[in-house]
Amino acid sequence: MADLSCKIAGIDSLNPFWLASAPPTDKKYNVVRAFEAGWGGVVWKTLGIDPPVVNVSSRYGAHHDQNRRLLGINNIELISDRPLATNLQEIRECRKEYPDHVIIGSMMAPIEERAWKDLAQQIAESGVHGLELNLGCPHGMCERGMGSAIGQVPEMVEQVTRWVKDAVDIPVFTKLTPNITNILWSAEAALKGGADAVSLINTVNSIVSVDIDNMIPEPVVDGKGTHGGYCGSAVKPIALNMVAEIARTPETRDLEISGIGGITTWKDAVEFMALGSNAVQVCTAAMIYGFRVVDDLIDGMSQWMDDKGYTSVEQFTRAAVPQVSDWNELNMNFDTKAVINPDNCIECGRCHIACEDTSHQAITMTDKPEGGRLFEVVDEECVGCNLCYHICPVPDCITMEPVKTDKPPMTWPEHPLNPMRVAAE
Amino acid sequence: MTTLQAKQASKSGAVHGGAGHNNADDGFSDLHPAYSTLQAMAESNRCLYCYDAPCVTACPTSIDIPSFIRKISTGNPDGAAKTILSANIMGGTCARACPTEVLCEEACVRNVAEDTAVEIGSLQRYAVDHLMARDLPHPFKRAPKTGKTIAVVGAGPAGLSCAHRAAMLGHDVVVFEAKPKPGGLNEYGLAAYKMTNDFAQREVEFLLGIGGIEIEYNKALGKDINLADLKAKYDAVFVGVGLGSTNDLGLKGEDFPGVDDAINFIEKLRQTEPKSDMPVGNNVIVIGGGNTAIDAAVQAKRLGAEEVTLVYRRGAENMSATEFEQDLAKTNGVVVRYWAKPVAIKANGKLMGMEFEKTELDASGKLVGTGETFEVRADQILKAIGQKIKTDDLAGMEITGGKIVVDKNYQTTAPGVFAGGDCIKSGEDLTVQSVEDGKQAAIAIDAFLKSA
Repeated sequence: MADLSCKIAGIDSLNPFWLASAPPTDKKYNVVRAFEAGWGGVVWKTLGIDPPVVNVSSRYGAHHDQNRRLLGINNIELISDRPLATNLQEIRECRKEYPDHVIIGSMMAPIEERAWKDLAQQIAESGVHGLELNLGCPHGMCERGMGSAIGQVPEMVEQVTRWVKDAVDIPVFTKLTPNITNILWSAEAALKGGADAVSLINTVNSIVSVDIDNMIPEPVVDGKGTHGGYCGSAVKPIALNMVAEIARTPETRDLEISGIGGITTWKDAVEFMALGSNAVQVCTAAMIYGFRVVDDLIDGMSQWMDDKGYTSVEQFTRAAVPQVSDWNELNMNFDTKAVINPDNCIECGRCHIACEDTSHQAITMTDKPEGGRLFEVVDEECVGCNLCYHICPVPDCITMEPVKTDKPPMTWPEHPLNPMRVAAE
Repeated sequence: MTTLQAKQASKSGAVHGGAGHNNADDGFSDLHPAYSTLQAMAESNRCLYCYDAPCVTACPTSIDIPSFIRKISTGNPDGAAKTILSANIMGGTCARACPTEVLCEEACVRNVAEDTAVEIGSLQRYAVDHLMARDLPHPFKRAPKTGKTIAVVGAGPAGLSCAHRAAMLGHDVVVFEAKPKPGGLNEYGLAAYKMTNDFAQREVEFLLGIGGIEIEYNKALGKDINLADLKAKYDAVFVGVGLGSTNDLGLKGEDFPGVDDAINFIEKLRQTEPKSDMPVGNNVIVIGGGNTAIDAAVQAKRLGAEEVTLVYRRGAENMSATEFEQDLAKTNGVVVRYWAKPVAIKANGKLMGMEFEKTELDASGKLVGTGETFEVRADQILKAIGQKIKTDDLAGMEITGGKIVVDKNYQTTAPGVFAGGDCIKSGEDLTVQSVEDGKQAAIAIDAFLKSA
């Protein structure tokens, strides 16, 4: 079994799988169960200044597919609603009982220097390995000037990070909100403020569904609803892009990254790490299935590493970053065509109708002499868009085969049809 | 048994064990229990929503199956029901009684790689039952009245389907039914465990909700009414009388007490409540290889017959009963004997049994007796060797090969007289085919009346 141990912001972890700051890390009982299940670390549910907040009922909305599988959850729960002293005492106990496991203290305060520094010092004294600054919560707390209200202003991100860095001597993770126009601005601000790492993404601002019998956004709290933070596998693509942008941009690429956003399977985790994450955080998958999901995260990643010959996670961390490029750097002379394997085809016709109605009329449907239907790609019409490949219900029935070409690579800036082309000297 | 059959067999649960008559449910509860919402959700999501789907082609009524299943999956079961009923107004019966394993479900692309079709029949029942359970107006509207009136003979699947579609097209319809209740074989011929809770009657009531259809009961063609009068009085006539007679064995003693047609046995059982009041023999022989033979054998067993022997003159692969039906017989404890034909009815004051001769194919492929005989004791013999048309009521129409001759527009050789269902040669003698015949005949009659 491959060695999954990793290091992020100078903190050693048994494995790259931490539970994100959220209901699953609200108290010692849960955290003990998580460590026993195999999680390498937890980011404790966000701590604030007493008196504790009060939460509402209900708190979660859901985006289901038609088979009631959860694609995403949105929540309107606030930060920890327990006294600070209680949380800190439990953190101390967990640190003592599980010395090999990582505990990061998540924190949030109004935009006041003293508030951030005092709280940071109190939490640091409990023995946490590091602090995570919650600058992302897009609901409730932002109406009090906290969470995303800070995270959406790069100058505040820098300021808060610097305050905390000045106040403590343990690693500081600045957690970024995706509810901004450009993630690089807040990432750069965190770097300037001295962050040891950034954690991203926090939840995406959302209304997840509407009760159409009563015309109320969900979750419903006594006849009203509000926007909440969206998470789960549906947000993974948004998170992956933001992680990759930070990892590949020269101004931010030195930041270490704790990747978050819909990580559900070991493969998701590998993807986050390949695009720049040094470790990952998980929440929704555990909320849907329980802490036991870590078993497959560990086993699947380890199995894959063995198959690929990786002996440490560092060997594939950021391995895909060099291949992330701007559109203008793509080779316009590359061509690929769909190939349908008739032996695997179950004749559902979905590729045909998708291409016929919405794409390039490149898949024909004809009756076979022996009965049944034959689906064939018209190479002259196929632009290699991948649509049929993605919608085909059968694995390995449709493949995309690159076309052999003698043409040298050519980008759009070099392309003869580009009116803005810079003429070759 | 294939995976598909095993799955379908297991679906029927406790009543499928052959000891049905010992169960608290009397052995005649649903062969395939209705889906729960969870089952409908899970199964509807197995459908791939094929384009130009093979299941639609395989359905004699061409129900848009992918569309109705998608509607179930999106939480629109009543819309799904309307999709079904617009193609097949008896979609509720067909969902229960169709041999889906040789129709839509056999064509399902899920069979190709997984050997397990989407359970289209169960999903169809879920949708139609959902709609019928609600107190909603009839889902279809009638076109403006044409002023024409059509006579329909027979309130079975063909006749009622024709009546419904004709009413939709704006015509008024009078249905003449020989029996005291409507539904035809849905009411009198299908096995009780396929049509629970008086479904045939509930479906007719629903169908009549369109309006413009009147039914006169106890009016038999050739006895109470005749074609010439109907032709004279109505603008068009549709004949959907089914097959009113049965084949004989041609043996001495066929009228002996205890010897009966399987369809009579099923008809009596269907009209008996509670089912335990239905008399049945201790040792029952059923002759035949079709679904009626299976229905009779299984129901005899469930009524409490100690031994039921189904005898068929050829092999299992020659039976017209589907593999699922054949397995149903076996799992209900019916003893099936192939390659034997009845040669004598044994009686000694009372029915004693039957003598059979073993059969085989000769060099030319012809079925012949081997000369070797055996006896099976019986106090009840049920014949299920096929039905035939009752010609004497059908004067004026050409009949060939035991079926009323019709053209491609379902018109008989008598101008203005149309026919459909089991009494014509269209597809298989199935409810679903009769519904299609009735629907298409109504469309043809509409064109005929407009051109007249």
